[in-house]
Amino acid sequence: MSHLERTISALQERFPHGVLGKAEFRGDITLQIDSASLVAVCRYLRDEPALGYNVLVDIGAVDYSPQEPRFALFYIVYALVQNTRLRLKVLLPGAEPVAPSISGIWPSANWPEREAFDMMGIGFEGHPDLRRILMPADWEGHPHRKDYPLGYEEVQFTFNKREIDARKKYATS
Amino acid sequence: MGAEQKLGNMGVVTTSLETVVNWGRAGAIWPMLFGLACCAMEMIATQAGTYDASRFGMELMRASPRQADLMIVAGRVTRKMAPVLRRLYDQMPDPKWVISMGDCASCSGVFNNYALVQGVDEVVPVDVYIAGCPPRPEALIDGFLKLHEKVRGEKLARWA
Amino acid sequence: MSQVRELETTVEELKHLFSPRAATGETMLLNLGPQHPSTHGVLRLLLELDGEEVVSCIPDVGFLHTGIEKNMEAKTFLKALVMTDRMDYLNNMGNNLTYCLAIEKLCAIEVPERAQVLRVICAELQRIASHLVWLGTSAIDLNASSILIYCFRDRERIMDLFELIGGQRMMTSYIRPGGVWRDVPAEFPAAVESFLDYLPGKLDDYERLLDKNPIYLARTIDIGIVDGDEALAWGMTGPALRGSGVNFDVRRAMPYSGYENFEFEVPLETGCDVYARYRVRMREFRESIKIIRQGLRLLKPGPFITSDRKFAPPPRAELGRSMEAVIHHFKYWTDGFPAPDGEVYAATESPRGELGCLLAGDGGPNPRRVHFRTPSFNTLQVLSWLSRGYLVADLVAIIGSIDIVLGDVDR
Repeated sequence: MSHLERTISALQERFPHGVLGKAEFRGDITLQIDSASLVAVCRYLRDEPALGYNVLVDIGAVDYSPQEPRFALFYIVYALVQNTRLRLKVLLPGAEPVAPSISGIWPSANWPEREAFDMMGIGFEGHPDLRRILMPADWEGHPHRKDYPLGYEEVQFTFNKREIDARKKYATS
Repeated sequence: MGAEQKLGNMGVVTTSLETVVNWGRAGAIWPMLFGLACCAMEMIATQAGTYDASRFGMELMRASPRQADLMIVAGRVTRKMAPVLRRLYDQMPDPKWVISMGDCASCSGVFNNYALVQGVDEVVPVDVYIAGCPPRPEALIDGFLKLHEKVRGEKLARWA
Repeated sequence: MSQVRELETTVEELKHLFSPRAATGETMLLNLGPQHPSTHGVLRLLLELDGEEVVSCIPDVGFLHTGIEKNMEAKTFLKALVMTDRMDYLNNMGNNLTYCLAIEKLCAIEVPERAQVLRVICAELQRIASHLVWLGTSAIDLNASSILIYCFRDRERIMDLFELIGGQRMMTSYIRPGGVWRDVPAEFPAAVESFLDYLPGKLDDYERLLDKNPIYLARTIDIGIVDGDEALAWGMTGPALRGSGVNFDVRRAMPYSGYENFEFEVPLETGCDVYARYRVRMREFRESIKIIRQGLRLLKPGPFITSDRKFAPPPRAELGRSMEAVIHHFKYWTDGFPAPDGEVYAATESPRGELGCLLAGDGGPNPRRVHFRTPSFNTLQVLSWLSRGYLVADLVAIIGSIDIVLGDVDR
């Protein structure tokens, strides 16, 4: 039995209500975790000596709009000694998505969570410093959401060059 | 200037003040040490041994805007960076010039999106645009030469 | 200047980040960057200083946030590739590779052997180029100015190699889903070989310049100490982590592109300081040379891109003969190919650490979401912890030693 299989059965045994499902795609196993028990699951993964997931690799947020629940957070955790990767998935509703912060367990979660907050507008309860990280502090909206426009400025070609030049505000010294 | 040839070795050169001032300015432009993104790597490559910008009197990169004449906007300018960029430009003493290096600085290149200023000419006035993503060091040197040409043809009254 | 707003962040918002002594004026707040020669790009640091000593350091990033992840969603899988080049601008080939590995995993594309070896050669050349830039820029921060000129001289040779295979110096987009753009020219192996013969002697020179330089040693040894467990907890990867004695290298732990067929050592140092990180990278140069030499031996004739025409364009020769090929070529570049609905994560070892790509497809030709786990972003957050208690001058050495690229941090 591989370390990954042991981990999954240990998690399913210990958190029968916390582990909502298990999906396999292209050889990667994703466990769906209830957001209420995320912190407990993560703490168990890190602290249980037999599991030893000591590294949080990444937190990625995905917007499944218009599906509901709309947002998903993917946590990729890694056990260095056993060389095993596990992916956790937490689904969040479209209205007021809030997940518990795991920056108390892995300090490296701090910035990825801030990034998910900044870009997707997902709140993290218990985060020590939840501010915008990439966008300016006074920016409105969360750019990586599907309903946020990409932003587009008309491209100048020969036929519309003058027209655009006339309304573009060029800087002066 | 050509005056030396006409006059021979007489130790006297007559020319206009404007020509002398512009000749001096074009010969020793100090760029600001200010890289934004990918183009900054090519800018450093231009400064380094193989391409050697000191051939054009431009090897002295100043980290402080107060000592620089030329701002090379090397890379994409984000909306977060734009106020900083403008402030740096305002701190530079006259006369000052701006080279917009690369597609991103000139028109934001492949990134037509929310995060970038669509062309740095919305923030600072640009003298020379250089195409390329990133421009080769040769292209930047061509931009330098174009700028020198422009500086040599300037009117003193512009900065007076 | 009406369209440019001044950014206003009040002290109140940031109060919790500083010690109470800052409010009484006992310590000084200093702004470093975003335009500063030692921050390697547009990094801004808010420093709280007690005299010359750093009490706390708060990095402010995002000055190069380009919206690449969002912009990629608006393009097909193929066209989005050009954006990855511009993300970490010292690891262009590696970004292509990571993204292509993610697509290949999502769509289950087989990559031919020759393409795998070419990818490894390109990735390792890119690692050498990136480390050369790191060596030059981090040494110039510590007043070893001549080395920058030397390093860029050597980097030019790698740029020439990339130009040979991809037609561009930096943004080659050479690695494509299913293989590489086109086969390398016949003179490529010999050109690489000659570069590999040239480099080791130069590396010895650089080590002689730095290793016995008392100023360099005084400014790097016992500076910026982070032990292995802390480094892992803070999400450090790559040479910075291996300088703390943790044996983690994605090439070894989760081999990709046939790295399992290569013999190489993962350099480890136990000094945990700036000097140890420097030593790791200097040894990585030589490991990369070893890998490329093996790659050149493994380079056997064969196809360079997958034969599955769903994911690869028709060969150029067919376009002149077959109408179907022309139609296919057109549809391939305009419509792209659909990818299944699902999420995959692929990771590579970039010169800075683990570069991962979380790619979500939605059944159509555009990605639903592309998220990059970038090594610099995760490594940079350790800076606030790492610089505590050191002098401002040491901070410069520490920033150099963790080798961040702001394009990689901000995307």
